[in-house]
Amino acid sequence: MEMTGAEAIIESLKNEDVDVVFGYPGGAVLTLYDALYQTNFRHILTKHEQGAVHAADGYARATGKVGVVIATSGPGATNLVTGIATAYMDSIPLVAITGQVAVPLIGRDSFQEADIRGITTPITKHNYLVKKVEDLPRVLKEAFYIARTGRPGPVVVDVAKDVFAASLDYQYPEEVKLRGYRPVYEGKLETIAKVFEELKLAKKPLIFVGGGVNLSDSSAVLRTFIEQTGFPVISTLMGLGCLSSDHPQFLGMVGMHGTYAANMATTECDLLLGIGVRFDDRVTGLLSEFASKAKVVHFDIDPAEINKNVMAHLRVVGDMKWSLPALSQLVEDVSGELKDQVRSWTETVLNWQRENPLTYEHNTELVMPQAVIEKVSQLTQGDAVIVTDVGQHQMWVAQYYNFKNPRSFLTSGGLGTMGYGLPAALGAQCGLPDRTVILFVGDGGIMMNCQELATAANYDFPVKVLIFNNQSLGMVAQWQRMFYGGRYSHTSLKGQHTDFVKLAEAMGVTGLRVTKPEELGIVLEKALATPGPVVVDICIPETVDLLPMVPAGARLDQMILGGTKG
Amino acid sequence: MKHTLAVLVENRPGVLTHISALISRRAFNIESIAAGYTEEPDTTRITIVVEGDEIEQEQVVNQLSKLVDVIKISDLTTVDSIQRELVLIKVRASLETRSDIINIVEIFRARIVDVNRETMVIELTGNETKIDALCQVLEDDHGIIEIVRTGKIALARGPIPAKDQ
Repeated sequence: MEMTGAEAIIESLKNEDVDVVFGYPGGAVLTLYDALYQTNFRHILTKHEQGAVHAADGYARATGKVGVVIATSGPGATNLVTGIATAYMDSIPLVAITGQVAVPLIGRDSFQEADIRGITTPITKHNYLVKKVEDLPRVLKEAFYIARTGRPGPVVVDVAKDVFAASLDYQYPEEVKLRGYRPVYEGKLETIAKVFEELKLAKKPLIFVGGGVNLSDSSAVLRTFIEQTGFPVISTLMGLGCLSSDHPQFLGMVGMHGTYAANMATTECDLLLGIGVRFDDRVTGLLSEFASKAKVVHFDIDPAEINKNVMAHLRVVGDMKWSLPALSQLVEDVSGELKDQVRSWTETVLNWQRENPLTYEHNTELVMPQAVIEKVSQLTQGDAVIVTDVGQHQMWVAQYYNFKNPRSFLTSGGLGTMGYGLPAALGAQCGLPDRTVILFVGDGGIMMNCQELATAANYDFPVKVLIFNNQSLGMVAQWQRMFYGGRYSHTSLKGQHTDFVKLAEAMGVTGLRVTKPEELGIVLEKALATPGPVVVDICIPETVDLLPMVPAGARLDQMILGGTKG
Repeated sequence: MKHTLAVLVENRPGVLTHISALISRRAFNIESIAAGYTEEPDTTRITIVVEGDEIEQEQVVNQLSKLVDVIKISDLTTVDSIQRELVLIKVRASLETRSDIINIVEIFRARIVDVNRETMVIELTGNETKIDALCQVLEDDHGIIEIVRTGKIALARGPIPAKDQ
């Protein structure tokens, strides 16, 4: 069928089941925006390209579909960079379509020209520059295929301005032909058999789940495997929600701000089953001492993750949707024996959990951040889609929210992007209009993309934004308190004049405030019951330490515990 | 130890950028890299010499394999292979020293490809140690003005091409 390049992109989006794109128009994408207009394709206009890309990311994390973002050339494209890097670090499927200056102008430092392909090479799974209109259908087919298959990730498709207007005989390819890209789904069955042998020998086994379980939607079979074995379970930040946080075998998050039981179990275990994890430094602490008594079995779809940080005794390369059912099938018959075998180990880990649970100082005068999260958890029954920004509040949510479902915790884990939360929450709400979406954010992070409150109001995305206002950049201030002699270099926001309630109202969002513990329940209930977007400015104490904490580079069992025993 | 990798990639713009960006980002120790097209016009073959232990070498192969444009990587260190490098050396040469240089060139089975009043350009193909030895002798006795080396290229012996290994 004869059509323009811009129309071919819209057709291809339809062929890929894309029902919404996030973006911001500009000179190089005028023709594409004209096609969006003429086809009435659903487009969410954010206030900043960074907002658009984080929204597409939040949409992808919440729905499991590929998020799509559109931006113009030059500054439009470079404003996507942080969002693309965020998606790359957390393996989120995204397709970013950027305009480029017209082919004859490329390489001449033309107006709004930036080599976005070169810029994004280290932070994309793959990227393209399309200079010939006839390449568009193939490139888009490949882009979506690469973004969503194997280990997912962002793909940039940079399209020269004149390509949008050029005409082609459109035909969408049925399949991709990529000689160099063949993701492994099914690995070797004999390695599964070997893992099974190790399970039968283990006296102190530990299941360690990560974001790969969320991404591969294999939480259900993971839960079966956990029930069958009776083994204790720990999680990374990105793995939260794969198993209910209140599951009796669940010890909590491991790592720098992990629980005592999770960190002790990692140090003492003799078999560590790492499932969809990448052994990030925030998890391992001192790498040479990480799980040093254990044989490590590493399950991952990406062969390059094996032996990258932690040496694996056994590697199971393949999709968790293949490996977990295969292992679960073998385990089924010996379920009782496995549970017997780990009885005394289970006692030990549960003792750790009882001895040192997560605790904080309860206070009748001040609103404690942990108490806010417990209250929200209770009010939502753990059933909301929880989004966070980055900092202390992010870790407190990981520790105290009682997650029930996979894909219900959206957070920038790998890159740790402040300003991620608000736009990501909008994207999630856009994809899941019927779910309650709650954003936890600091008074620092909200200001990094606060312009998107206007987007929330304009589209009536009913996101509930809970600002933990400690008048401080809390996480950095904590490090300054602990490791820099209390010299608070540029982390105090005290005396600044931003009124978050007024800010919300100015953007067309309902604004509420909590200053005392007795108001907390009432205001939160009101926020949840109010239609449309709501901002709640929650005044929390200035100095609350996030604990437990393993200082950077220390061993996991060298935790600063703190808190009072609950 | 050193590993010689034959990397077959799509002959497309941007492929070398992808590869060199990955190498620098992951801080891999690359000794040399040489690229050229092959018997198949849509395929480029890159020979990469990596310095590092088995674990580092495995990471280089795994990370490079993740690039969509990388079709196949074959480790030529583990198979019987022919390894060559080409060098052009511009050396100081006066009327008096010319004959000595010609002698050295003959011993090394190199070739003289250019001569003028003050310099000579010598071409040598061989393995790395042989090239290093020639450079050493010329530098010590006559003085080298400039050198260009291609980096190592390598081919496995026997009938099986790298793409099918």
